[in-house]
Amino acid sequence: MKAAVILFPGSNREGDVASALKHVTGVTPSIVWHADTDLPAGTDLVVLPGGFSYGDYLRCGAIAARAAIMDAVRAHAARGGLVLGICNGFQILCESGLLPGVLVRNARLRFVCREALLKVERTDTPFTRRYAKGAIVRYPVAHGEGNYTADTETLKRLEGEGRVAFRYVMADGKRDDTQVLNGAANSIAGIVSEKLNVLGLMPHPENHVDPLLGPTDGRALFESIAGVLERA
Amino acid sequence: MTSTEPKITPELIAEHGLKPDEYQRILTLIGREPSFTELGIFSAMWNEHCSYKSSRLHLRGLPTKAPWVIQGPGENAGVIDIGDGQAAVFKMESHNHPSYIEPYQGAGTGVGGILRDVFTMGARPIAALNALRFGDPKHPRTRHLVAGVVAGIGGYGNSFGVPTVGGLVGFHTRYDGNNLVNAMAVGLADADKIFYAKATGVGLPVVYLGSKTGRDGIHGATMASAEFGEGAEEKRPTVQVGDPFAEKLLLEACLEIMEAGCVVAIQDMGAAGLTCSAVEMGAKGDLGIELDLDRLPCREEGMSAYEMMLSESQERMLMVIAPGKEEQAEAIFLKWGLDFAIVGYTTDNLRFVVKHKGEIKADLPIKELGDEAPLYDRPWVETPKQQRIDPASLEITATLPGALERLIGSPDFASKRWIWEQYDHLILNNTVQRPGGDSAVVRVGEGPKGLALTCDVTPRYCEADPFEGGKQAVAEAWRNITAVGGKPLALTDNLNFGNPEKPEIMGQLVGCLRGIGAAALALDFPVVSGNVSLYNETNGRGILPTPTIGGVGVVDDIEKTATLAFKAGGEAIFVIGETTGWLGQSAFLAEILNREEGAPPPVDLELERKNGDFVRSLIEADLVTAVHDVSDGGLLVAITEMAMASGIGASLLAPEDGINPFAYWFGEDQARYVVTVASGEKAQVLRQAEAAGVTIAKIGGTGGDRLNIPGERPLVIDTLRERNEAWLPIYMGAGLM
Repeated sequence: MKAAVILFPGSNREGDVASALKHVTGVTPSIVWHADTDLPAGTDLVVLPGGFSYGDYLRCGAIAARAAIMDAVRAHAARGGLVLGICNGFQILCESGLLPGVLVRNARLRFVCREALLKVERTDTPFTRRYAKGAIVRYPVAHGEGNYTADTETLKRLEGEGRVAFRYVMADGKRDDTQVLNGAANSIAGIVSEKLNVLGLMPHPENHVDPLLGPTDGRALFESIAGVLERA
Repeated sequence: MTSTEPKITPELIAEHGLKPDEYQRILTLIGREPSFTELGIFSAMWNEHCSYKSSRLHLRGLPTKAPWVIQGPGENAGVIDIGDGQAAVFKMESHNHPSYIEPYQGAGTGVGGILRDVFTMGARPIAALNALRFGDPKHPRTRHLVAGVVAGIGGYGNSFGVPTVGGLVGFHTRYDGNNLVNAMAVGLADADKIFYAKATGVGLPVVYLGSKTGRDGIHGATMASAEFGEGAEEKRPTVQVGDPFAEKLLLEACLEIMEAGCVVAIQDMGAAGLTCSAVEMGAKGDLGIELDLDRLPCREEGMSAYEMMLSESQERMLMVIAPGKEEQAEAIFLKWGLDFAIVGYTTDNLRFVVKHKGEIKADLPIKELGDEAPLYDRPWVETPKQQRIDPASLEITATLPGALERLIGSPDFASKRWIWEQYDHLILNNTVQRPGGDSAVVRVGEGPKGLALTCDVTPRYCEADPFEGGKQAVAEAWRNITAVGGKPLALTDNLNFGNPEKPEIMGQLVGCLRGIGAAALALDFPVVSGNVSLYNETNGRGILPTPTIGGVGVVDDIEKTATLAFKAGGEAIFVIGETTGWLGQSAFLAEILNREEGAPPPVDLELERKNGDFVRSLIEADLVTAVHDVSDGGLLVAITEMAMASGIGASLLAPEDGINPFAYWFGEDQARYVVTVASGEKAQVLRQAEAAGVTIAKIGGTGGDRLNIPGERPLVIDTLRERNEAWLPIYMGAGLM
């Protein structure tokens, strides 16, 4: 597997995801500068990492979505290549049109960093096949603008097509849209593209891979990706 | 010099915070009347914040050396050797006055300033902490300040990308008009690649890097060196505005040009901006500096030399670049989208010369600007000693369980989750112990080494007895590092006091510094950096003396750190150290009986060391399953915190006859730890305690879901935790989520 992590000015979790990839899969990703126009030859997985690209003073991810490298990312996705956007990466995917909807300010208007419980809604995506269907996993969140929203039509389509990959749930394993930590519509934490090759999610699987630092529920996500690409 | 600038009048001099005798000193020094720009420069260099004129004399008494100290006080941050060729670089600094006037920007730029201090030295920041003090929760401004300060700290640190892993938050009416924001940053560098402010070489380019200069923050340092009266809010324009994105770029660009060997000397522009950084670089290197302000990147048009020299715009650096490296350095900065401008040169004449639009705006002796700053031996009086409180003399109507419930639900003890959840405490994937424990622990590189980090001080103790209070602040930081299994290495102090021109306030400063010095010496825990914030007074009323101690220790193997949560039922609970039932200045006395009285607990430094070394040896030998230091709130609060962190209950033994149970359970005797021991290891622990000459007593066992105090109603742990978690979110109007 060849992985590339895109570095925008203001990205700050590129090291976290790079070290998680290495920790879990043994693969050291290349770091690709936002102003470049090409991905390294043979790139299988593109990661848009967390952070505050361009300071996120405008709509989160709006400027990064227009960075030079994003044409190559869009082309990679169109070819069916895997794209994983985490946190700011998810915001960039939405702003760049690779995923529908948008992430707005948390309903409580505060940044929130805590462990969140998530239900894995689909296990037939390249990112989730190592999870048991319906598994409840624990990833941390760390965002101020993770409140997923979209128009009613889009939400209906996403649900109808089963494109919600991760959903926030309460301690009892059930979703409660009135209590969800950031106010996300339908408690959505992560969605996939129509062809299932692009995943955007707000929580951080990359921060839960090392038993020394806490839970390790994020490992299976990286194992899933590596497993798919090895077989390919 | 131009004639359009204001005339120097006594009023203008006073507005610059300079006393008549200080102005006289300027006249003697330069032999003429200063220009307007020069007056501004003197005001910036000679205010309390930059010159330490009231505290310098007494700071000299602090122990600052140890074999592992690479750089002590006097640079941007302290540097210690943590083994394997690595160094920890750290400092704590206040941003009190700005955070009161404009909490979001004030606190945010406080974080930005301390991060810059750390990466200026070539270190990548790996952790941030903060110590916050707010006024009475009932004060109408407190809620606004908590919300703004916390959002500001988070807004800056989260975007910059450093985990905020720990700190402390307290409330007291004496901070009503002066909240404290003490921000600490810790960075990691190669021990042989530390960068300093000292310029070397004549005729080398002085380069300006980072964001453009605007009119924000002019006179910020002077404002921070004055008391507040009515209308403090009108000083908002003196508060700087932060841009964490620019700082993140500045970090990456600085580390990149350092790596490329471009940097001879570097100094960040913090308090007093361009003035202070340029003078320090020159003076430390015995060189003059000549600046040409026409080349300064400005954000606003028509800025005067005076404004450019005093602006405290954030995210700016000054460097001396190695010969022939200008182009390489410039290319790196342009790649990161930052300004790069050669604004001057080093000279051999020891003058600080500022040119603007063809005129010389300032021409001053560079060494004397710093060295000849006023130094005051201010009169001081010792704080009168208070009597020891006899528990028998107290009329206590509360019950033990009732008092415990009130304490853990009170503002100072209530969980601060609502605050630290607004800080990204996980970024960088190295946070081994998250907020809420005795110390935060972060992994260094790939491990197995880690750093244990903490902030501590008990202002009530310092007010009652500055010497013991100063000792206690250091001892508690040392103890908190020990409690996770760390070896304490060095500390940074952030000294927050009222108006030093009052002998009783000066007495607090002197007493606390002596206490800090005594403890730092006895515990081999030297002071390597620090900051002094005086004039924390409003309408003549000062804050509680608050010398915040930031401690750094090393953990050899992060897999062997201890945490405070109980691990299992059926384990023995021991207290290590003497319990005499010291209630003077205790949280119990203050919160339950509404009395802040008596002598605070004395700190026996030898005992601290003995007991702490013993606890660390137990952790290293894997003989204890949970460890918590006993601090304010005493034994019962410590045990309750261990239970709440785990959901596991405890059954406690009755104290020996003859001791008042309230004093026993809530007394704040120092040098104590609570540990839990699995049944198979008990005999071994007792044997080792005896061999070490350490006092140890079994006080109960873990198990169940309740806390059972002999003869009292049982307390359900989940209910205690709900109470502990409830106060802050409800106070902030946020509900329980």
